Amino acid sequence: MPESLVDLSRLQFAATAMYHFLFVPLTLGMTWLLVVMESVYVMTNKVVYKDMTRFWGKLFGINFALGVTTGLTLEFQFGTNWAYYSHYVGDIFGTPLALEGLMAFFLESTFIGLFFFGWDRLSKTQHLLVTLLMAIGSNLSALWILIANGWMQNPVGAQFNPLTMRMELTDFWAVLFNPDAQAKFVHTVSAGYVTGAVFVLAISAWYLLKGRDVEFAKRSFRIAAAFGLASALSVIVLGDESGYTVGEAQQTKMAALEAMWDPEPAPAGLKIIAVIDEARQKNDWEIEIPWVLGLIGTRSVNKEIPSIKEIKQRNRPRIVSGIEAVKALQALRADPANAAAKAAFERHKADLGFGLLLRRFADPVDQATPAQIEQAVNASIPRVTPMFWAFRTMVGFAFALLALFALAFWSTLKVGSEPSPWLLKWALWMLPVPWITCEVGWFVSEYGRQPWTIYGVLPTSLSVSTLSTTSVVASLAGFVAFYTLLLVVELYLMIKFARLGPGTLGTGRYANEPAAMAAASHA
Amino acid sequence: MLDYATLKIIWWLLIGVLLIGFAIMDGHDMGVGALLPFVGRTDLERRVVINTVGPHWDGNQVWFVSSGGVMFAAWPLVYATAFSGFYWAMLAVLWALFLRPVGFDFRSKMNDARWRAAWDWGLFVSGAVPPLIFGVAFGNLFQGVPFGFDSQMISTYTGSFWQLLNPFALVCGVVSSAMITMHGAVYLAHRTEGDIQRRAIAAARMFGVLTLIAFSLAGVWLAFGIDGYTLTSAIDRAAQLDPTTKSVTRAAGAWLSNYRAVPATMALPALAYVGTATALWLLTAGRTGFAFAASALVLAGVISTAGASMFPFVMPSSSTPNHSLTIWDSVSSHLTLGLMFWAVLILVPLTVLYTGWAYKVMGGKVTAAYVRENDHSAY
Repeated sequence: MPESLVDLSRLQFAATAMYHFLFVPLTLGMTWLLVVMESVYVMTNKVVYKDMTRFWGKLFGINFALGVTTGLTLEFQFGTNWAYYSHYVGDIFGTPLALEGLMAFFLESTFIGLFFFGWDRLSKTQHLLVTLLMAIGSNLSALWILIANGWMQNPVGAQFNPLTMRMELTDFWAVLFNPDAQAKFVHTVSAGYVTGAVFVLAISAWYLLKGRDVEFAKRSFRIAAAFGLASALSVIVLGDESGYTVGEAQQTKMAALEAMWDPEPAPAGLKIIAVIDEARQKNDWEIEIPWVLGLIGTRSVNKEIPSIKEIKQRNRPRIVSGIEAVKALQALRADPANAAAKAAFERHKADLGFGLLLRRFADPVDQATPAQIEQAVNASIPRVTPMFWAFRTMVGFAFALLALFALAFWSTLKVGSEPSPWLLKWALWMLPVPWITCEVGWFVSEYGRQPWTIYGVLPTSLSVSTLSTTSVVASLAGFVAFYTLLLVVELYLMIKFARLGPGTLGTGRYANEPAAMAAASHA
Repeated sequence: MLDYATLKIIWWLLIGVLLIGFAIMDGHDMGVGALLPFVGRTDLERRVVINTVGPHWDGNQVWFVSSGGVMFAAWPLVYATAFSGFYWAMLAVLWALFLRPVGFDFRSKMNDARWRAAWDWGLFVSGAVPPLIFGVAFGNLFQGVPFGFDSQMISTYTGSFWQLLNPFALVCGVVSSAMITMHGAVYLAHRTEGDIQRRAIAAARMFGVLTLIAFSLAGVWLAFGIDGYTLTSAIDRAAQLDPTTKSVTRAAGAWLSNYRAVPATMALPALAYVGTATALWLLTAGRTGFAFAASALVLAGVISTAGASMFPFVMPSSSTPNHSLTIWDSVSSHLTLGLMFWAVLILVPLTVLYTGWAYKVMGGKVTAAYVRENDHSAY
């Protein structure tokens, strides 16, 4: 496959997925915040909580529309742009995607309609149940998609079939309870909850700064602060770290994002900053906190974390063995009854993926020169610099968010006192931070998986559809233009309704009502 | 677990069920979208039209998404080959569909005539374009699609987008568009009253007749003008197969051979005719709910006619007929098919159940008074 086609296909996937993930985390978090608000309404019967559910629900709806729009692409893009990938692993990867649709999207999307339109037709408890099912649906969809994604990082429960030329499922439970998937699920939904909480916290802070709809805003602020604090702790504590001990993909990521070129005695230190020289495979300069990385990465004081050079060293024989696997497979394709080829393939099939990786540098692989094999070895880990800085951005922002929620929560505990204006301003300015953090987090996860789409099994360079580069340039431009236009419209509406505030509900209980009526009135 | 050969046939039926479910559920709101600018003349009328599907379009759209996901799981090679081969057609469907969620949700959030008119046409495009393209895609499947595999099973599509728009495929596109628009019109007749209902009934008649004309034309053309495909090598249905090792020939009239072999299958195209006539008669008699059921039968009849004609082919290759995709050799492993069978068997009826409840809760006529009273929450 031409490299430009591969790069463009990756860029298109990255762009469409990252646009999609501007909307997903808010949905994940807001649905639970709506459940909390509405539960308080059902329990206390105070109408302000109903208004909160409806107003925050309105903003949630504006966001949700684009979540649905951008989500459509992702269900079909594997087929349109990653045809070989879809054929090669569809037997395993397709199942969680199908279950996501059947089990999660149906639930979420059917009940979201009743959430918005069912207020007068359902009893209070029925409506709360609808909101709850909507939240469960959206979170279940995250579960299934992360089971699919977890399998890309740690492909368990499957094996290659030379007859059909693809990976096939052998153990569904292994795919389902893949530790990588479970860790990612908790981490990702918690990040979504943080996003929802910051959204409510920041906009409520703005109303409080303006002295508007104070009762409404104070209650919203309090709920968001408590929910956000719990979620931020969950993101950081329960988060992705546990996943790093699992599988080679995560070890490779860890070594790359730590810029750990050479073995370090256990327990390894955590680098705060470093000046990285990728060509010479060393850091010119670094500041390190001793012990921390070893403790986090291995949960022990004596286990060593593999370094980049060690991982490359480990990959070299696998590439050499992979050449044999590719050769045997070709013989088997020509003659499925060839017993010698069958035996050779059985011996080397665990390294087939590494043989395919070499194809990018040498085709046919059995004529690869030592230099070409070396190229493949060097390409078997992701680039270090982007990983290093992306990870630090994510972690830095995560701690900033934790601090914000801790202070916000503390401010709501003190009876009779108000959150101070500087805290409110800080909350407002933090509004974009969870989105940046989520996107950077996905970058660490997926860029760190390179050069594979399925770690150790299928290289990215082989996964794409055989399209013309012109087609992909045109579609990429189309996606970016279309999404950007829709994003601008969405932000315009979001800001407009957030500014107008709960007055847009037309209940007669809030500030701004005449203005809100004029600007947002419908008929 | 069920044996592999049986599961392969069950999966052919299940994909059919999902496509029919998609046509019935997502189809009626696409039809409503396609009719929106014509049956609704004023802003208030258009809001009435939009709100008949307002609480449901999102759930209905999941039939489309899930059909895609299930095809990925059960027929991965079809998913991969069809969507990459029909690249621009697929993107046109997606881009048209982009306008739906935002059209529904954003349209009435601004009180500006041009803003609302723009979204109305957006909803029109998102309701009219996808059914047309799906029909055109089916029209091309009948004729075979130029693709083949290399020894690694990398597929290459050698046609162009414009080649898809050939006369026979366009007739199939008209069948699909007309039946979906009729279906939307019947739904509108059920959920509205007065002027809108009158216009919807007129539209249902027009598109019902058009459906039958185009369907008949496509049938005659298929019988006399389009070469079908036939499997000429023995196939072990119970085995895992390499899809490139069978032999397939092209022959005139071959797409009718299943009807000759099993005459009972002629009930499927007959269902399309009887269903349309019944739907239009029930509309005239004022039984709009039953008319909707009859219209759903039309969709089932047309889609299963297409499936039955091509059985066991799913995606024939015109350039390398031996590489054609069939229900025997383009499917997932035994384990995955078995697993997904149970998943669909449990989850789809459950979905139908709670979707039914949602329609019941939101049931009744949508009126101008309803939209006025719910000014701030209705679309």
